[in-house]
Amino acid sequence: MFNFGQWTAAFNNWLMGLGTPEWLGITIECVLIAVLILLTYTVLALFYILYERKLCAWFQCRLGPMRVGPWGLLQVFADMFKILIKELISLKDTDRFLFKLAPYIIITSSVVMLACLPWGNGLQIINWNIGIFFVLAVSSVGVLGILLAGWASNNKYTLIGAMRSGAQMVSYELSLGLSIITIVVMAGTMNINELVLEQANGWFIFKGHIPAIIACIIYIIAATAETNRGPFDLPEAEHELTAGYHTEYSGIHFGFFYLAEYLNLFIVSGIASLMFLGGWMPFHIPGWEGFNAVMNWIPSIVWFVGKAFFISFVIIWFKWTFPRVRIDQMLSFEWKYLMPFSLANLLLMTLCVAFGWHF
Amino acid sequence: MSDIKEKISKVCPSATFEEGENLLVNVPEKEWYGFAKKLKDDKELDFDVLSAVVGMDWKDSIGVIYYLTSTSHNWDMIAVKVVCENRDNAYIHSVSDLWKVANFQEREVYDFFGIKFINHPDMRRFFLRNDWVGHPLRKDYDADPKLNPIRLDDEINEDDTCSYVEENGEIVRKPGKVFGEDDYVVNIGPQHPSTHGVMRFRTSVDGEEVKKVDVVSGYIHRGIEKLCEDLTYPQILHFTDRMDYMSAHQNRHCLCMCIEKALGLEVPRRAQVIRVMMDELMRISSHLLSFGCTAMDLGATTAFFYGFRERELVLDIFEKTCGARMSMNYNVIGGVIADLHPDFVKDVKHLIEIMPSRLKEYHDVFSNNLIAKNRLVGVGILPKKDAINYDITGPSGRGSNWSCDCRKKHPYSIYPELKFEEVLMDGCDSYSRYMVRMKEIEQSIKILDQLVDNIPEGEIRCQVPKIIKLPAGRWYQQVEASRGTFGVYIESDGNKNPFRVHFQSPCFNLVGVMDLCCTGNMIADLITIGAALDFVIPDIDR
Repeated sequence: MFNFGQWTAAFNNWLMGLGTPEWLGITIECVLIAVLILLTYTVLALFYILYERKLCAWFQCRLGPMRVGPWGLLQVFADMFKILIKELISLKDTDRFLFKLAPYIIITSSVVMLACLPWGNGLQIINWNIGIFFVLAVSSVGVLGILLAGWASNNKYTLIGAMRSGAQMVSYELSLGLSIITIVVMAGTMNINELVLEQANGWFIFKGHIPAIIACIIYIIAATAETNRGPFDLPEAEHELTAGYHTEYSGIHFGFFYLAEYLNLFIVSGIASLMFLGGWMPFHIPGWEGFNAVMNWIPSIVWFVGKAFFISFVIIWFKWTFPRVRIDQMLSFEWKYLMPFSLANLLLMTLCVAFGWHF
Repeated sequence: MSDIKEKISKVCPSATFEEGENLLVNVPEKEWYGFAKKLKDDKELDFDVLSAVVGMDWKDSIGVIYYLTSTSHNWDMIAVKVVCENRDNAYIHSVSDLWKVANFQEREVYDFFGIKFINHPDMRRFFLRNDWVGHPLRKDYDADPKLNPIRLDDEINEDDTCSYVEENGEIVRKPGKVFGEDDYVVNIGPQHPSTHGVMRFRTSVDGEEVKKVDVVSGYIHRGIEKLCEDLTYPQILHFTDRMDYMSAHQNRHCLCMCIEKALGLEVPRRAQVIRVMMDELMRISSHLLSFGCTAMDLGATTAFFYGFRERELVLDIFEKTCGARMSMNYNVIGGVIADLHPDFVKDVKHLIEIMPSRLKEYHDVFSNNLIAKNRLVGVGILPKKDAINYDITGPSGRGSNWSCDCRKKHPYSIYPELKFEEVLMDGCDSYSRYMVRMKEIEQSIKILDQLVDNIPEGEIRCQVPKIIKLPAGRWYQQVEASRGTFGVYIESDGNKNPFRVHFQSPCFNLVGVMDLCCTGNMIADLITIGAALDFVIPDIDR
């Protein structure tokens, strides 16, 4: 299987071969990677906006954007350009500093998470032993931005939205974490690269059978809630709170919330594909060497992105099908059903691992 | 009718009677409250429904006409006339504690006529700003634009209210506040995605829980009743299409029937059938919109589009025959304005054919969805007793198991010949109201199915005089509009324009229960309760 590490190593050797001091070489590489991540971020966000708009249009017997470019492909660029040139309206009696800080906190946390994903064989930016734990930790920072945005806007709608969001994210983080821990128990590692390599002879969802499938379902529910998407889109329930916590934002500040929302969708899908569907690992069936070789022909980056898009499709699908739940129903669902269930599932997985009942 | 007369004379000896379309009882103001109490509580009279409150200015005196009916006594309707001689300091005792529906109705009368209601808990204006000068429906109103310019500043002291109480024989004004000092008031509307128009709910909340809802109306008030007084009868017809635009045909049907009744016109059979078919098509379109909006307000946007997809078929039928998709202006005095489009029968048959399968699709995607059920079942409880007291008619009233279908209770046009069921559900919650609408679509389809092959040939309208003058008198006509009982009151002094027109709109009563239904529920429920009650704002504001 092609290892993208060859390219990066070659580039590093070339840079060092020019006689650059090590500190300068590392700085140049860091800057290049940062630019790459930001580019990926933007392109992915634009793709996701179009992806969701087209999908929801098809669910709703519509065509979606059709006017700008072929099949409306350029619509998102026009939208983004519009958002970039819009005025940033500053409001009376708001906490200016916190108001402006909030979108950056949100977008920073989602960019950092994006950097942790296993993009392909050898395409791993940071590889450390607490990888998945780090992702979970950073994902919690995003809620701070939402709370700040709601509080600093000095608006009753945004405040209610932010409070809802706080309650929701803190609650669903538990199920999210527990379902990830279930897989970590099975894999025995938190290192993202090792997690992927563990799945070379079968993805975790197959290897861990029942507990892994349950964990996957719980993860997708909790992830939907974490990303504030329907049916859990209460913090920005437009029919109740107009736009929830970001009601007062305009221009690119609003754009940051918007981009972060779509990118978080990609990120949670990416983590789902890492934990359950093998990350960039192709579909392997032990013993079928020929089949596995064919699968290996498909580049690893395509596998990863494809899986992430598939899980996003599922999440988008139920956003556009289900009505929105109410705050008390949502919280009781988490604390009375989802969390106890995921704890029991963790126990089941531990037993499976202890007695070797998995593949 | 003479039976009622005797009973009333027994209860209130000073009452005098005027015969007419409905029995009219003249009651002196001093005895009005005691009389009203007996009318409601006396088991033999049992007038438990206050159908309409019509403010009147007869130039020499000013007063109110109350239209009352009874659920237990065959729906006989009587009118009670209460008159104040003193025009400038007109006081009438409030009956808002007997019939809760009178609360907003009396505020409207106060707004337009300046009649103050003694013991009314909240005597604010209902439609106009609190700094409006004068009361516009009085005949001595000064319409000088200098008095009421377009004000560019905010209304001040909108939290102030007052009530008039009797103390030692004198009437005293007692000021009050709508909300307490510590209430956290969230302003929902007038520009809000889910108020279905420019409606404003000032809502005090405790966390997510709603404590009180204050309805602030009048953002699209157009003064239709005032405008009517300066126009001829054919000219006022088009206003009805612009009140509840989702019941345009029924509303206009009602006004035309009221005028035809006064003129003694016989509408040709073909026109009657066409009118009823249009009414039922309109009802289907309205209920489909209501389905879509309920789903939309719950966040199920896909179901919204499904409802709109079928509504489009109905609108296409309207467009072909009436030339418009909204504000059809189709009924005229004596019949309908144009004959049916050649495609009409084919299109209606297509609709009848596809609707059952589409309704099943709606139930699959939304009605039977667990989340939707959790959001609607048991939310916004409106017991039958309250539904009657607040005069909540239409699907919302029938969702509280109150049999109030005007097509059955005061049959009009060709409805007595048709086979259809009155849909009743006893859940008294948002889900029942929603399901009543869905089942009424089936009933409307049934009615259309009976008529589509039986449209008789003949004239589409009868001969009407060139200049329409109603004889002096008063008429009240009700129809079953999409959202409840719509009533038209016309008083004529024999001229070519009406002396007074009042439209009793069902949605006006629907917003009256928002406070009752929402209190104790969550903010999110306020939206769904509103969606399930399904009010249309232009119908409230008129």
